[in-house]
Amino acid sequence: MKVQNTLTNGTSRRVFTAGAISVVAALALSACGGAAATAPATATAKPDLKASGASTITMWVDAERSPALKDITAKFQADTGIAVKLVVKDFAAVRDDFITQVPTGKGPDLIVGPHDWVGKFVQNGVIAPVELGDKKAGFQDSAVKAMTYNGSVYGVPYAIENIALLRNTDLVPQSAKTLDEVIANGKKAVADGKAKFPFLVGMDPKQGDPYHLYPLQSSMGSEVFGKAADGGYDPKQLLIGDAAGVAFAKKLAAWGDAGEKIINSNITGDIAKEKFLAGESPYYLTGPWNVPDVQKKGIKFAVDELPTAGDKPAQPFIGVNGFFISAKSANALATNEFVTNYLTTEAAQDSMYKAGGRPPALKASFEKAASDPVVAAFGKIGAAGVPMPAIPEMSAVWADWGATELALIKGQGDPAADWAKMAASIKAKIAG
Amino acid sequence: MTDTELRQAGDSAPAAPGGPARTPSRKLNGSRRRTFGPDTTKGTIAKIVLLGLVDAVAVYVLMMLFLSQSWGALAVSAVVVAAINWIYLRKGGLPAKYLAPGVLFLLVFQVFVVLFSGYIAFTNYGDGHNSTKDDAIAAIQLTAQKRVPDSPAYKAAVLSKDGSFYLLFTDPDGRTSLGSTGTPLEQVSGAGTDSTGKANALAGYRTLNFQEIVANQQQILGITVPVSADPADGTLRTADGSSAYQFKPALEYDADAGTFTDTDTGSVYRDNGKGAFATDSGETLTTGWKIDVGMENFARAFTDPSLRGPLLGVILWTFTFAVASVALTFALGLFLAITFNREDLRGKKIYRILMILPYAFPAFLSGLVWSGILNPQFGWLNQTLLGGATIGWLTDPVLAKISVLVVNLWLGFPYMFLVCTGALQSLPTELDEAARMDGAGPWRVFRSIKLPLLLVSIAPLLISSFAFNFNNFNVIFMLTGGGPRFADTDRDIGATDILITLVYKVAFGQGTGRDYGLASALAIIIFIIVATVSAISFKQTKALEEVNS
Repeated sequence: MKVQNTLTNGTSRRVFTAGAISVVAALALSACGGAAATAPATATAKPDLKASGASTITMWVDAERSPALKDITAKFQADTGIAVKLVVKDFAAVRDDFITQVPTGKGPDLIVGPHDWVGKFVQNGVIAPVELGDKKAGFQDSAVKAMTYNGSVYGVPYAIENIALLRNTDLVPQSAKTLDEVIANGKKAVADGKAKFPFLVGMDPKQGDPYHLYPLQSSMGSEVFGKAADGGYDPKQLLIGDAAGVAFAKKLAAWGDAGEKIINSNITGDIAKEKFLAGESPYYLTGPWNVPDVQKKGIKFAVDELPTAGDKPAQPFIGVNGFFISAKSANALATNEFVTNYLTTEAAQDSMYKAGGRPPALKASFEKAASDPVVAAFGKIGAAGVPMPAIPEMSAVWADWGATELALIKGQGDPAADWAKMAASIKAKIAG
Repeated sequence: MTDTELRQAGDSAPAAPGGPARTPSRKLNGSRRRTFGPDTTKGTIAKIVLLGLVDAVAVYVLMMLFLSQSWGALAVSAVVVAAINWIYLRKGGLPAKYLAPGVLFLLVFQVFVVLFSGYIAFTNYGDGHNSTKDDAIAAIQLTAQKRVPDSPAYKAAVLSKDGSFYLLFTDPDGRTSLGSTGTPLEQVSGAGTDSTGKANALAGYRTLNFQEIVANQQQILGITVPVSADPADGTLRTADGSSAYQFKPALEYDADAGTFTDTDTGSVYRDNGKGAFATDSGETLTTGWKIDVGMENFARAFTDPSLRGPLLGVILWTFTFAVASVALTFALGLFLAITFNREDLRGKKIYRILMILPYAFPAFLSGLVWSGILNPQFGWLNQTLLGGATIGWLTDPVLAKISVLVVNLWLGFPYMFLVCTGALQSLPTELDEAARMDGAGPWRVFRSIKLPLLLVSIAPLLISSFAFNFNNFNVIFMLTGGGPRFADTDRDIGATDILITLVYKVAFGQGTGRDYGLASALAIIIFIIVATVSAISFKQTKALEEVNS
């Protein structure tokens, strides 16, 4: 009996200790949550700021952009005493996190992202307009246009991105204007045994890639949405199903697997890049984000204008990165000061270009960056581009658009019928 | 060899997870209520230190909750802390001491989440219905402020007098004027200027520095200075304390009527009862708010034409996928387990390690790798093994389904192999010998003796494997993304989509915007299906045990 007793006593103590440790852990976990939420109130600033809880600005950035902002935030803190806290978030999730967290009051004051988020942000009531005033004139027109939604500017642009045609100059020395010439050059390189693929563009195996194919489409006069009176896209005017669109659909089938095999549905983005880096194709339709790897590989290349498939200019979609202010920012005045009077300066845009390598949206900074011929060439093509539609209705377009294009490239279905069906489906989705 | 012994052998495997908690409680129930003597010194010190830590953290959390005025959370936390102290300070109540941490975690991470998504299923939460009505009204008012076309840009300074704030404006021509919310714009002279020509001081007023402006920003941002007696000229506002522009609302809110009126066209937007402002002709303002919609989401799951057609197909395929995955992995795992269970096999350990390897890779990584291997033109399977064939393993609806099952078999058999090996080794070898003595062949031994005994311990694992595969998001999403797409729906749903990937696409997909309400409703439907199937299966398992006893 004595033995039994000591045993159970020992057990109960061990049990107690294990239990208590778990509870400590549980409470520590919840305490971390609490501490994180209250942390912004404890930065260094003058006393009156601390009292009003306005001594920091919180900004959500992704890992890539974060270093680009170090200089300008340090200057802002030196000038005003207000610290800009950069919170690094996963780029894939940051948009939806922002939309869900702003209404709770726990969201950031500022977020960095591409302009086509604006529609969704406004739909959910999470961002405030920014008045740039005279500073507007300093930015490239296309950048400000992209940031304008329903007649108001919603973000301060800092970089513009668009695609272009990379040409391996060893394989094809001369540039071409039309897609037909490009195809002919590419096929000749293949026939001469210098290359394996006449033309490369990455296709998502599930969704195709309407973004990369859009310049070809626009060169045939096909657009997604018409323009409203204020210059923005009008969701009521869905133009994609018009005659020009159908003509493009027919061409797509002709370029695809069952036709000339210029656009190959089995070539993913990774495969396309790999093949171009291996020197197996003279042409690669892509954006500036793949240029550093091409340069590293030592491939001699030129940035060509986008080839036309019709008689209109080939307009790529341009994506403009910028800063957006939360509609529920508790420190809106300081945030506005930082955004409109610091992030718009030449020094800020220069340093962001230096750290991030994306062509600046500010004209003065862009001109400096354009001493690099690659930046200049991409910028020239972007100037002719159109902003990617930011209206929320655009998200109803992508899936159908991509899937239909992919099916046509694979040689499935009838171009005219499928394209009309796609347009009807998108229209039904927009109507809700 | 008695049946009781067999049962114990079979019981031992699934009992493991719940083990530690169950043993002592049984002991307590079995014996009379035990009186506890005083703890040893070490025990008391451990108790004081650990409970002190808990309480220290708790007090901090409670203080923070008090400061942030979250009364609900404060009350709940206080009750939890009190309960924890009571549980660990009182004598006896050993089961509670065991269970308290687990129950706490269960409540926070499971019950709360389940209840919350249950609640969401009855709302229209999603894109365009993101927050409360008040937030929506504020957001609409904010975005409706448009700058008056061709109006000048003013430089502004913030002044104060008798506790109220004024804005001192300098227009592009250098004229200065003063105003505040109640006092319309008025020309002033004699203002002091800074080096850029911006007026920044006026006799009788104090100029605020930037820190003071920031400290009083809510009031300063609220200043709206009427430009003239004509409201069409709009009001001057500043957003940064150093510049000001003329704004005019495109929509005006009438708080009494609860309506927005378009200042240009005069059309009136009313609450349409669906969480948005709309005109009588059906024009809606983009920003809406979250409302309760009752059973509408559940009704939509079965009546929405773009969802109804594919939904049935998806449910069928989900069952096929889950059942076939379990059956195939179990069959292969069991076969390999029996094969490699031979005593006289050489290099058994190496084979086993090789066999378990697929289990060691994260499923989403394997999914991506396999999607590369199965690429019709560049994939290793077509290019190397099949000599350059172009078979659309992931792009043909039927082949894609087969590919998904094969890849999931590859991912899942090691688990079945592991558990079957374990269960086989726990079967007594005497049984085998006895059966052989009675003249049973190997197949007969397997079918009549080993399999029934194995099933007793493995059947619960098969059920949990079914539940897992029913919601096996990783394999589907990383391998095919649900594709190839169905032709008869305008939603982004395809031949290999299972219910959980469908829910994901509805909740976060690009097709129609995010719709958390509908997604939660679908999640609840999935829960009901899985729970029903599991409940029935567990009943069957019980029957299995009774047959053996």
